[in-house]
Amino acid sequence: MDTLTAESKVRIQKEDFSVTDEIEALKKVSRNIGGIAVFLGTGRELSKGKDIAKLHFEHYPVMAERKLAEIREQAIGDFKIIDMSIIHRVGVIDIGENIVLIVAAGEHRKEAFAACEWAIAELKRTTPIWKRETTSQGEVWVTDTP
Amino acid sequence: MITVKYFAGLKTLAGSEEDRFDLGSETTVRVLSEEIGKRHPELKNLIGGKKVMVSVNHDMASPDSTIKDGDEVALLPPFSGGSM
Repeated sequence: MDTLTAESKVRIQKEDFSVTDEIEALKKVSRNIGGIAVFLGTGRELSKGKDIAKLHFEHYPVMAERKLAEIREQAIGDFKIIDMSIIHRVGVIDIGENIVLIVAAGEHRKEAFAACEWAIAELKRTTPIWKRETTSQGEVWVTDTP
Repeated sequence: MITVKYFAGLKTLAGSEEDRFDLGSETTVRVLSEEIGKRHPELKNLIGGKKVMVSVNHDMASPDSTIKDGDEVALLPPFSGGSM
């Protein structure tokens, strides 16, 4: 993967992503990166006791991308990390597939871990993305985010 | 015309992805919400509640926020992005 631009560090896309490629791309941003924390969210089979067959994510274009960009900028500013990538997939996602990736790169591990944890919580709280679960009992939009 | 977009479960309830409302050159989120409730009674109890948020031109809005002709409004049910 080539050097990342600010736009390409925040993406909402249907296609899968490579965790390794995203980490390697972010590492190229600075030779001062000493610690990288990664959060990878994946589709799991069991939710509140129900078997999930597949997931479907929908987003509000423009607003969702803007929120992710704001989260990235605030994470860099507040946690003094060097850079961050945030990628979220939409469309149909099968069990075990990648959903969301956050890569936080700092000089040290402490700020990278803190920024990564804050960013995924903030994403779930503020970004207009919705999940629909398909179970044996039908389809349901998930309306709570533990 | 004001464009109103529905997402997730609200889209299912409204039976449509978006609607258009003609409420003059300027109105408020509160007035538009009442009009949406009239057109979609199934949404009436959800709009204005604590769970459904409203955005105007991609910024979060309050009941008193101004909406101008040509603006894009969205009804946003609770978010559930990321993974559990």
